[in-house]
Amino acid sequence: MKNMKEKLSGRIFLAVALSTLSALAVITVFIFIKGLPIIGKVGVLDFVFGMKWAPSEGAFGIFPMIVGSVAVTLGAVIIGVPVALCCSVFLAEFAPVWMRNLFRPAIQLLAGIPSVVYGFWGVIFIVPFIRDYLGGPGLSILAGSVILAIMILPTIISISEVSILALPRYYKEGALALGLTHWQTIRSLLVPAAKSGIVAAVILGIGRAIGETMAVIMVLGNAVALPESILDPVRTLTTNIGIEMGYASGEHQEALFATGVVLFIIIMILNATAQYIVRRKRAR
Amino acid sequence: MKRNVLMERIKIAAVAAVFAASMAALPGCGGRAQAGIIVAGSTSVQPYAEVLAEEFMLEHPGERIDIQGGGSAAGITAAQTGTADIGMSSRELKGSEKELWYVEIAKDGLAVVVNPANPVDGLTLDQVRGIYSKEITDWSEVGGKKSPIHVITREEGSGTRGAFSDLVMQKTGITPKAIVQDSNGAVRQLVSDDPNAIGYISLGLVNEKVKALRLDGVAATRENVMNGCYNLSRPFLFVTQREPSGAAKRFIDFTLSAAGQKILSGEGLIPPAEGDVK
Repeated sequence: MKNMKEKLSGRIFLAVALSTLSALAVITVFIFIKGLPIIGKVGVLDFVFGMKWAPSEGAFGIFPMIVGSVAVTLGAVIIGVPVALCCSVFLAEFAPVWMRNLFRPAIQLLAGIPSVVYGFWGVIFIVPFIRDYLGGPGLSILAGSVILAIMILPTIISISEVSILALPRYYKEGALALGLTHWQTIRSLLVPAAKSGIVAAVILGIGRAIGETMAVIMVLGNAVALPESILDPVRTLTTNIGIEMGYASGEHQEALFATGVVLFIIIMILNATAQYIVRRKRAR
Repeated sequence: MKRNVLMERIKIAAVAAVFAASMAALPGCGGRAQAGIIVAGSTSVQPYAEVLAEEFMLEHPGERIDIQGGGSAAGITAAQTGTADIGMSSRELKGSEKELWYVEIAKDGLAVVVNPANPVDGLTLDQVRGIYSKEITDWSEVGGKKSPIHVITREEGSGTRGAFSDLVMQKTGITPKAIVQDSNGAVRQLVSDDPNAIGYISLGLVNEKVKALRLDGVAATRENVMNGCYNLSRPFLFVTQREPSGAAKRFIDFTLSAAGQKILSGEGLIPPAEGDVK
């Protein structure tokens, strides 16, 4: 009887586990089936490097959006990574216990704020600030980067902190015993030793930033043109799908799925890179 | 130790419960709720249809009407295939679409709006076309202060964008550098925040936060749309697969009745011209 129960529970868990896997398979297959024909029709190069996006005229070029995604994400990394890195070193090395206990849940809370709230906050505070003090329409790469920088903080901080804390204790003890100061130990030993973990954290942060939709749709301005400055509006791959799906049908809809295919491939590459870096470190 | 076992049991029970619940929920997904009718299409018509449906269901407690968005194109397709009982369109029907049964429920004006702080009160259609094609880039070129114009448009596929393209831009394309927003409300919000912005929205949605420009000297008002002086207007259509019957007919009749038309006028729309009703 007991054995039966054991077996049954094992089966149930297997079924549930398989359902997640099949969800992934179904979504992937669907996106590719819907998206690939139009890429084939337009041509891979013309689709990826095409400058003009005008579905009503049959022009499907997503290059300005790829540039948009890259620009906004790069901005988020430039603003967010130094802050996240300092924060994780502080938490791992400097912060007294009570402060750590305050910071960790606070950072997790940051990850829990819905993206639409970030976007709304951006529209109300950041966009007018940029418009009034820096010029341009306010809806811009800069606004998107600031919002995304805040949104990727929790990912980067927690993974970097864990990888610093995971270093063997004797690293630090040895360094201090050799007469290095605390700061020297951090700078020349701990951070370099935790490098692969930190790089993986940054890549996961980039994946998060590139996939974000709701928050950036509200602050980017969504113009389909190559930006000339960080104060210009741009459209990313995700916002292209988000903003046009409501009205799209036929080839237009297929082109949006094709945008999803490109996004899918970019994120797969990023995640695979992050995993490879982490594995390589473990193997050593 | 004992506590651990208990925790394990609770976890297993919880997982099993979630699994069972998700299984139980599955059959419910595909089915239609009760016998109601589905009205789908243009997001410009949608808010007005929602008000109409609310009023209609109050008066006829047994009826159920579901209003969905999706856009004019999707609405017309839904009517063609019968996925929706009534399709909503905010543009004229084209080509083979004209074989469907349709009725104009109201007219909507299109207003070109700027921030109330902008000294410009009116533009010619040529100037608007110039601004939207980036030939004119500074307000000083059209009699305003010296500052760059922030052009705001709607996304590809939007009925409002389609109407603006047909009525104002004609063969000229809208600049890709224009900021794109995905609803009338978002365009209005942005124009009310940005003193250098220009956008276009449904005339019914113009409020005190934005200023509707005079075009070629004609003020954007309901009266001027009705008497034909202001010709930036488009029809709101209900489209059905064939001559409507049953609940769909009752809802359409209600929309066209004096009570229905009063609701639409109250919301800022313009009644359809006599004789347009097919």
